[in-house]
Amino acid sequence: MYSKKVMDHFMNPRNVGQIDSPDGIGEVGNHVCGDIMHIEIKVEDNIIKDIKFKTLGCAAAIATSSMVTEMVKGKTLEEARAITNKAVAEALDGLPPVKMHCSNLAADALHAAINDYMSKQGSKMEFLSK
Amino acid sequence: MRTIYMDHSATTPLDTEVFNAMKPYYTNRFGNASSIYSMGQEARKAIEKAREQVAKLINAFPQEIIFTSGGTEADNQAIISYALTNKDKGNHIITSAIEHHAVLETCDFLEKLGFEITILPVQPDGLVEPEVLRKEMKPSTILVSIMHANNEVGTIQPIKELAEISHEWGAAFHTDAVQSMGKIPIDVKEMGIDMLSGSSHKIYGPKGVGCLFVKKGIRIGSFIHGGGQERKMRAGTENVPGIVGFGKAAELALLHMAERKEKLDHLTNLLKEGIMETIPSTLLTGHPEKRIPGSVSVCFRFVEGESILLMLDSFGIMASSGSACTSGSLDPSHVLLALGLPHEIAHGSLRLTLGKDNTEEEVKYVLEVLPKVIGNIRKMSPCAAVN
Repeated sequence: MYSKKVMDHFMNPRNVGQIDSPDGIGEVGNHVCGDIMHIEIKVEDNIIKDIKFKTLGCAAAIATSSMVTEMVKGKTLEEARAITNKAVAEALDGLPPVKMHCSNLAADALHAAINDYMSKQGSKMEFLSK
Repeated sequence: MRTIYMDHSATTPLDTEVFNAMKPYYTNRFGNASSIYSMGQEARKAIEKAREQVAKLINAFPQEIIFTSGGTEADNQAIISYALTNKDKGNHIITSAIEHHAVLETCDFLEKLGFEITILPVQPDGLVEPEVLRKEMKPSTILVSIMHANNEVGTIQPIKELAEISHEWGAAFHTDAVQSMGKIPIDVKEMGIDMLSGSSHKIYGPKGVGCLFVKKGIRIGSFIHGGGQERKMRAGTENVPGIVGFGKAAELALLHMAERKEKLDHLTNLLKEGIMETIPSTLLTGHPEKRIPGSVSVCFRFVEGESILLMLDSFGIMASSGSACTSGSLDPSHVLLALGLPHEIAHGSLRLTLGKDNTEEEVKYVLEVLPKVIGNIRKMSPCAAVN
């Protein structure tokens, strides 16, 4: 049912946890559908220095979360924003069709964390310019 | 790696004694039971012996048993054939919200043909309240179909009372007994059952064979057409080895029913108590006492069922869940939702169904592994307040 890579990331997830005073937080999903992905990032000089996740969901939800953290660690924000849910699934050698729409939201969670960081930066900039 | 099978409500291993009884009918006794020569008649005799064995398990007459391809076909025949044969009497059918899909989707099918279907709600423990049934009965009600024991949460229904109410209104009563037949006593006469579906592979018999009990005098037509087998009630060359195996499995189930139940009650109590003691934020589902032997159904908060199953599998433990991911849809099991459980709790369901060969040592192993698995998944969960 799942590829070897999915099972590896599910059984040995990378970057699980939380960051002390994160620069950006993103969360997608809801209790009703069963998947909730929470991603926190630390940004320095436009680069994702650290990233951690916590996910409630099936093996696909956990594996995609783990994979996206590996894909973007050390990357610039622009590079990270270019990553799609589809790219995450491909990096895991694919997901079962039924999982493509429901549990493949890790890139969305990452983008939400980056947006959160950007909006915080935006309000800082506004504050400084006043 | 050791493997521990705790999914006996899904299917059971074939009993060696059953397999040995079946073997000759695959090899030197391969005859068609409709053939006139002696090898055919040997097959015929074997089928009739199996019919007696199965009938005895539920206190029916042998001629009231129709062999089918399984529980699903039996449910389809009971509901569709009964409805079509008796549509001159009315078009209303009542069933419950926690039935197997073999019943629910069959009722959906009949609804499209113009039948009126009422789906009864259940109590949080899974019981159908007899008074709730009584309120829905009307002169056009021709059939009531309510399962004996639920496959997901194990609750056993008050069949006798439900059948009595059905009869007061002149309706026939069908029960899907796939999960209960051979595990707890069934007396179709005493319980007032008109039709009953049973399955072989849930009681250590082979897959691909089941039965429909139809009480003498109940009008019902054939469902599969094209031959005179099963007294014109089920066309198609009989699955002789399968039927022989089902018969043997039924005989053994009756013979060992009490001792199997006693053992399973002991093991499930150990398992339930162990889980509740070691894993916080856990809910037992289904009825606390009126349960099918061997069934433990729980919901763990802040985890998702598929994750539990895959991690348990990595420890060699085989179980099942009613979470959305394992139901093949976006919604968790209709049974758990019908009990009133919210989606987020139903997603974390686990069903462990024990069988005759499980041991106390295996239960202890599961109790060692399961808290670790749930703890690991909760560590990853953004919702868990624990850890």
